Amino acid sequence: MTRTHCPYCALQCGMDVSSGGLISAENLCQKGWTAAEVLRAPDRLTTPLVDGQPATWDDALDLAVTRIRLVQESYGPDGVAVFGGGGLTNEKAYLLGKFARVALRTSQIDYNGRFCMSSAAAAVQRAFGVDRGLPFPAADLAEAETVLLVGANPAETMPPFIRRLRGAKRLIVVDPRLTATARLADLHLQITPGTDLALALGLLHIAVADDLIDAGYIAERTCGFPEAVAASNAYWPERAERITGVPVRLMRETARALARRPAVVLTARGAEQHAKGVDTVTGFINLALALGLPGRPGSGFGTLTGQGNGQGGREHGQKADQLPGYRDIRDPAARAHVARVWGVRPQDLPGPGRSAHELLRSLGAPGGPRALLVFGSNPAVSAPDTARVRRRLRALDFLMVCDVVPSETARLADVVLPVTQWAEENGTMTTLEGRVVRRRRATVPPPGVRSDLDVMYELARRMNAPGDFTPDPERVFAELRRASAGGPADYSRIDYDTGGFWGGTRLFQDGFATPDGRARFVPVQFRPAAEDICADYPVYLTTGRVLQHYQSGAQTRRVRDLDRAVPGPYVELHPDLAARLSVAQGDAVRVSSRRGSVTVPARITAGVRHDTVFMPFHWLGANFLTNPALDPISRMPELKVCAVRVEAARESGSDRRRHGRRPAGQ
Amino acid sequence: MKVVVIGGGMAGARLVSDARLRGADITLFGAEPRLPYNRVLLSGVLAETTRESQLATPLPDDVDVRSGLRVTAIDRAARQVVAEDGSRARYDVCVLATGSEPLMPPVPGIERTLPFRTLDDCERILARARTARHAVVIGGGLLGIEAARGLAVRGNRVTIVHLAGHLMERQLDAHGGDILARTLAGLGITVHVGVSVAAVEPGGVVLADGASIEADLVITSCGVRPVTSLAQDAGLAVERGIVVDDRLRTDDPAVYAIGECAQHRGVTYGLVGPCWDQAAVLAAHLAGEPVRYRGSQVVTRLKAPSLEVASLGDVHAEGETVTFSHPAAGIYRKLVIRDHRLAGAILLGRGDAVGTLTQLYDRQSRVPAVRESLLFPELAAHEPAHDPARLPGTSTVCHCNGVSKDRIRTAWLAGADTAAAIGRETHAGTGCGTCLTAIESLLGSFGDALAPVAEAG
Repeated sequence: MTRTHCPYCALQCGMDVSSGGLISAENLCQKGWTAAEVLRAPDRLTTPLVDGQPATWDDALDLAVTRIRLVQESYGPDGVAVFGGGGLTNEKAYLLGKFARVALRTSQIDYNGRFCMSSAAAAVQRAFGVDRGLPFPAADLAEAETVLLVGANPAETMPPFIRRLRGAKRLIVVDPRLTATARLADLHLQITPGTDLALALGLLHIAVADDLIDAGYIAERTCGFPEAVAASNAYWPERAERITGVPVRLMRETARALARRPAVVLTARGAEQHAKGVDTVTGFINLALALGLPGRPGSGFGTLTGQGNGQGGREHGQKADQLPGYRDIRDPAARAHVARVWGVRPQDLPGPGRSAHELLRSLGAPGGPRALLVFGSNPAVSAPDTARVRRRLRALDFLMVCDVVPSETARLADVVLPVTQWAEENGTMTTLEGRVVRRRRATVPPPGVRSDLDVMYELARRMNAPGDFTPDPERVFAELRRASAGGPADYSRIDYDTGGFWGGTRLFQDGFATPDGRARFVPVQFRPAAEDICADYPVYLTTGRVLQHYQSGAQTRRVRDLDRAVPGPYVELHPDLAARLSVAQGDAVRVSSRRGSVTVPARITAGVRHDTVFMPFHWLGANFLTNPALDPISRMPELKVCAVRVEAARESGSDRRRHGRRPAGQ
Repeated sequence: MKVVVIGGGMAGARLVSDARLRGADITLFGAEPRLPYNRVLLSGVLAETTRESQLATPLPDDVDVRSGLRVTAIDRAARQVVAEDGSRARYDVCVLATGSEPLMPPVPGIERTLPFRTLDDCERILARARTARHAVVIGGGLLGIEAARGLAVRGNRVTIVHLAGHLMERQLDAHGGDILARTLAGLGITVHVGVSVAAVEPGGVVLADGASIEADLVITSCGVRPVTSLAQDAGLAVERGIVVDDRLRTDDPAVYAIGECAQHRGVTYGLVGPCWDQAAVLAAHLAGEPVRYRGSQVVTRLKAPSLEVASLGDVHAEGETVTFSHPAAGIYRKLVIRDHRLAGAILLGRGDAVGTLTQLYDRQSRVPAVRESLLFPELAAHEPAHDPARLPGTSTVCHCNGVSKDRIRTAWLAGADTAAAIGRETHAGTGCGTCLTAIESLLGSFGDALAPVAEAG
């Protein structure tokens, strides 16, 4: 048995894995218990593919280098782009950023975490000076009087996390749906999609009016309070009620509950994946600061990171504007430090590049990259406005994808490289609470499979990249420690094998990571969803996850029990909407937005609002509809709300059977 | 572009704050001697549910604010406004946002009463309320009731005298008005309806029916009248308010009017919502966007402690009505539905229906066929708790691991008799742990069910 961690979410539950792939653990959800099946997926990639045909590693790598060079000669270094993922180990995320900037010399690198944590990251960084999703151990939640969860559904997305919450005296959940998490709540605020910021402003208004604020804390530990309060003046409770649909009575109850410490405010993607995600998170940070929560024992503000290495993945430089250690790529001191570690000149490092969706939609277009290298991501399913993104992927001169299975993105690729996965490899991951944990090799990878690190190393070597490259995770980690030293996310004192919290167990107890040690209030104003409902598209669409699947589903769709439990996409709609459309349980329903149309079976439930439908995003489907409107700061797309039309899809029985499995995309 | 805005009330302040007008050269004249503030929350200040600091409406730095300076004339030929100190300001665009003024009924002694419109009025009322024992509010509309409740919260004995047959007659039907009066009575506020005031005397108020009510503080809240004199003097078309088209433009293409002073398609509004809608449309129009104002959805929400009153749209409209009434509890809910859309609604008393209904009304979305779900959302939220012992065998007990009751039973029959053992065998209860109680109670029920069999054997 080898001690390692679950391959899926940011909770990174510990598990022991035998060399034969047997799992033993204390607490896991169904995804975790069945994770070993992905190791033996029937369509596991075990040989490189060139134009869909098996090839040797040397041929595939040589071809990739030739094609990359061709593009670089015609279009310069920015003609080649890199797309990473929040599931990559710290070592891979770090080496990918270095590979892009040193070997490819491209500024065009970003990753799928842009669709995940970018709004929370920007808001938290702005307020506290450092972005660690939970600045305290999750175990602290059990001591809380009240926990407010905004747009989070951990009962499905990270079930064992609920064990932490169960100790809290009072759980308040903000969600447009009566989710499995909302069912556990003492209070469920069933908010209109896209209006969480108005709720935050209304709660701050109440906190000030009812004198629930902590004036001493505000004076000693923060700055900017008067401006933030003035910005909330126009959101008196009755007005916030009209915008959000949350009754004034429930807002008052929520504000009062949060004022009894210890209390914790947590946001997640439901509040963050919006074109105003940064301001929405800021609204809840302002509320938490006004109540004196952050940096107080047992209290605080946090965000629930989603992807397995969503925390570490956003720290070490696979982000368009970032260098290792959460350094800003525009900062001359940061560039000098990292260039020294990498053995290059600071002026040779490129500047900031395009954000994920801007990158994807510029592919193959005038001025955009002509080649793309994808690691640990499946944007052909997970990117909003998927039809357009798939057109852009097809317009590339060269697409290379590293993956464990033939994902939807890999199927579009010129070169596919088969790589190792969790139990087959060594490295580190950083959990949602900022704890670095060790991923250990427990099973032998299939012959012919190499690590993502090997791929980066081999490409760098063939391209005569300056500086040192190594495929050995422990040596990469040692270099990461030096590169991150002195940065906001400093790993210099983290041991590769024993890990631990970076920055300490509980941050902000003595001060915030800002130059003056004070947290920043930032005034924010509500603005409506980028696309509100109208006569042509009269229903809101919101998207999310189901318990049995993870992200684009590339792993979980290949696990028999998970696939059997939830075999395909569907749309959740209210009985009243279903009755009006004459749609029964399981009937095919066509859901259309301004960007596309999909046909999926209906799931009728009173748990969703009359005016809202829900679709899980683990298959090609939901993202054909979602809105790529971007947050001005984080460049997060508005994945959580758009306007759709819902109709019964009258069709023959054979069509219906087909659509039961796969949606009719586009 | 040089924009002159006359009036620093809700509409004017909102307009000059709009992001789309940054870059314009804006001058804002306000007659009141202070920076613009949020008038809507004054009754909250009276009732101590809002802090005075929360009235502030911060304005962008690039706005030239001239507070306490009344505009006396608009020289349309010269495109200038003239202030009371003789100064002039040239404009490309002039916006009238002069608001409205309290109606003071022609009753002897009315000058002894205080209006309730401005922050100054509010401060005068508060000063008097400290020593007053008995207050009378003339007018049982929204603002009058909010003022009455505010004074009652501060310990004053309060009587409302209302001319119409029931309270808030535009926003409520007679039954709703009666229930509201009962609720107010329960809060120590006496209500007289269908009676006018004959005179206000130093010691109190004399009613038309001859009765008199002792009072040392009398507030008049009998509605408002749009302030139109400036527009009238300038020769602009004025009816009840300053007449504007769908661009909020008067009959002079360089002069616009928004807020309570404006009359659009025959309607003048007296609520902040429409004023802000108009400000937003005008800002967009001035920024060159092709927008039109087509009227506003009217939502009246009374803001006072222990009083839950909401009125949406036209509650007197013809249409399908759905009502629930429980006068003893102060609850009354009424929907008026036309063409499957909400035409109007009344919500009195405690209840959480207001959030959903306001949104259905604002967006004119189709109203669900099951009307009672709208009136009683709190009931829909409560599902009966299932006794796991009575669930069918195929039902899922552990959702995290998709484990059915039958599978737990099979494991129990094979000897797993604790929740931990069930977890090892089936993984049930090893995820979020919420179902552990259900598993334990199931194990008990399996035993109970087998007990008679064991005895028989």
